[in-house]
Amino acid sequence: MILVLFVTLLVTILLLGPPLDKILLENIRTQVVDQVNESNLKFQNPSERQSYVDKQVTYRTSILGLNEPWYSPSKLYTRFISTMTLDLGKSHFFTTDAGSSNVRDIIFEKVPKTLLLFTSSTIIVTVIGILLGSFVAARSGSIWDKINSIFAIFSNSFPSWWVAMIMIFLFAFTLQIFPARATPTTPPSDPLYLINLVYHMLLPLITITFVSFGAWAYIVRYFLINILKEDYISAKRTIGISKKRILYSHALRNAAPPIATSVALGLAASFGGSIIVEAVFDWPGMGKLYYDAIGVLDIPIIIGLTYISTLIFIVTIFIIDISYAFFDPRVKTF
Amino acid sequence: MVVSGLNLIKHLISSPTGFTGVVILIFLLSLSVYGLLFVPITAYSQWNNPLYWIDYPKTAAPSWTNVGLGPKLFEHMILNANVANITTSYIEGIRTISHRYSINIQADSFPNDFMFTYSAKYNAIPPVILINVLRPDGEKFDLFYSALPASQGFNNTYSERIFSTDKIVKQNLAQYKTLVNWDVNLINPQTMLFSELNKLEPLKGDYHFSLTFFLFDNTSTIENSGIILGGNTFGLMGTDDLRRDLAIGIILGSPVALFIGLTVSTISVTIGLIYGVISGYRGKRTDESMMRVNDIFYALPALPLLIILSITFGRSIFLIAGFLIIFGWVGTAKIIRSLALQIRTFQYVEAAKFMGQSDLRIIFKHIIPQLLPLTFASMAIAVPSAILGEAALSFLGLGDPSIPTWGQILHEANSADAAARGIWWWILPPGLMIAITGLAFYLIGNTLDSFANPLKNYFRRV
Repeated sequence: MILVLFVTLLVTILLLGPPLDKILLENIRTQVVDQVNESNLKFQNPSERQSYVDKQVTYRTSILGLNEPWYSPSKLYTRFISTMTLDLGKSHFFTTDAGSSNVRDIIFEKVPKTLLLFTSSTIIVTVIGILLGSFVAARSGSIWDKINSIFAIFSNSFPSWWVAMIMIFLFAFTLQIFPARATPTTPPSDPLYLINLVYHMLLPLITITFVSFGAWAYIVRYFLINILKEDYISAKRTIGISKKRILYSHALRNAAPPIATSVALGLAASFGGSIIVEAVFDWPGMGKLYYDAIGVLDIPIIIGLTYISTLIFIVTIFIIDISYAFFDPRVKTF
Repeated sequence: MVVSGLNLIKHLISSPTGFTGVVILIFLLSLSVYGLLFVPITAYSQWNNPLYWIDYPKTAAPSWTNVGLGPKLFEHMILNANVANITTSYIEGIRTISHRYSINIQADSFPNDFMFTYSAKYNAIPPVILINVLRPDGEKFDLFYSALPASQGFNNTYSERIFSTDKIVKQNLAQYKTLVNWDVNLINPQTMLFSELNKLEPLKGDYHFSLTFFLFDNTSTIENSGIILGGNTFGLMGTDDLRRDLAIGIILGSPVALFIGLTVSTISVTIGLIYGVISGYRGKRTDESMMRVNDIFYALPALPLLIILSITFGRSIFLIAGFLIIFGWVGTAKIIRSLALQIRTFQYVEAAKFMGQSDLRIIFKHIIPQLLPLTFASMAIAVPSAILGEAALSFLGLGDPSIPTWGQILHEANSADAAARGIWWWILPPGLMIAITGLAFYLIGNTLDSFANPLKNYFRRV
């Protein structure tokens, strides 16, 4: 598992190679020019100064091994380290609230917001999905079951970010209940900031929940129905254990491992989607930054964000794999 | 039992979900064919060129919103010489060509603006143009009177647009200020032209516009003329902020979406099939290492890497299809592998092996045909995710800039804040198209899947 994690990062970084080189080169050039400006070097004419700068840049590039082909180990190493530590220089267009244009600062400022939205929506969707799924599983074949299945198929075909736009149209333009922009209007120092933040978070939260809970309930129902057919469940029923108890404690517990796997898949899909949903709502997280950075092609930011989201994604899958072992004692991950 | 293609289609049409899917698919296909045959090819290449769309209204609602109760908005009108009544006469020896347009206006609101277009071909002596209008109440307004600019050469063709905000038009309209009983504001000359005289309300009825050209030599001709009345509603689906006709965008988007969906799903499922079969058939170490590679691809987050790929390598529609394939084959490979593991142990496969047939022959002759129905089902199910993937990339602004796609239309809508401004006709249709395309393939795939499900077919015959 750890190996997969490592290789995944390596593949990502290999893919990021060419633009990353450009950034490193650019960084070296700015460094050299800064040094020349600060030092007392005197030049006869601009071209002499230019040739000096060029010489310095080539010298430093060769020290860092940037002029080598893409497969050379030293270059891979440099790249790997600079991405891992998010040492990606300065953004051309964006700054933090405090005014720093360092890529690392900008990204770290946004990550908590994304995690807040993503985890809270995941928790809500999980709870609704499990409750609704078991409710429907107990009544398989009923009208509720059919409605749920149709809803699940439909909500899977709609792009979540499109639903987000429709939500803005409905709730912000027509009904005017929620703000169209999810960026909080008060500064973080304000005592009411938290309330304001939650108020602005509600519409994105509702959207993500609305889009994903149907499919969730469908998965839970699918596995639960299979388990409810097993002999030991009928045995429990004959003993006289109440239906509710069988459903929620016995059946659900046994259905947990496959459900957990499907969740990993679902999370993988919804993570990408919720990044774009953020952009639609102007929620000040990574997704919004992604959208804006792509708009002006700010490569350092885009690479940093890709790296961080890959990391979050892999860690999520990792946690789910571990929880798999927790639900199903027969499985040992390590 | 090898499932024949005809059987498969029969089954597909007989189930209600499959039938719905097929109907939607036929609708999309005919829309694509219509788009490719009847929409001018220039609309494709000129989609992002604002000049091409200059005759269209800005952010106009679909015209059917006007049907029903409530005040009627002004419907956009584009008229050209084809509908004009053209007469030629000689006034004191001067050849006079007159293009007369009769327009019936019944709307409850004013047009946003008006515009006259003409193009004339002339030599040394430039013609003179006179534009006037006869209103339903009998008043006649002269709007424009001017000579065309001096000729630039032999047989010079000169085209121009006269806007409602033109200085000459305003000066001419100012003469009639005394006729009206309300405060005239010539920032909006159209209100003056289309209002009743005693109150500021649209005057309904027949308007007769005439564009009269005085030609001073025999070689001069008038190539075309036109009147455009800027309205608030237009066409079947309205227009966007850049005046583009959204109906054309929707039609042009469907072949692109079908192309992306079908290519990506076909190629990626084929790759997955071959990969999975080899892995499952070979087993042991080959299987183990191939599945580890599969795990790595499985753990890659698709969207962020798609973003990086399209920034690094480019944005052509073929490249985007290629990127989607990179992430598309993983799931199929896993399912196929688990089935190939089972088929490998079937007696006929082992018999073939004992007979000394090569591995390649066994895979292609004995294993893959068994998996084909399932493969077709997987292809259909893989289409929606490919279309959604392309739409997501386009929505982020990384789509192919040379062709209109549904995702791109939504990207532009989002950039222009269409949702918060209530421009629903810009958001609703592209998203619905994406959804029903996905739905069609999903329904077809599900039906095929229930038919070709290995749990039903393979296990019955063992």
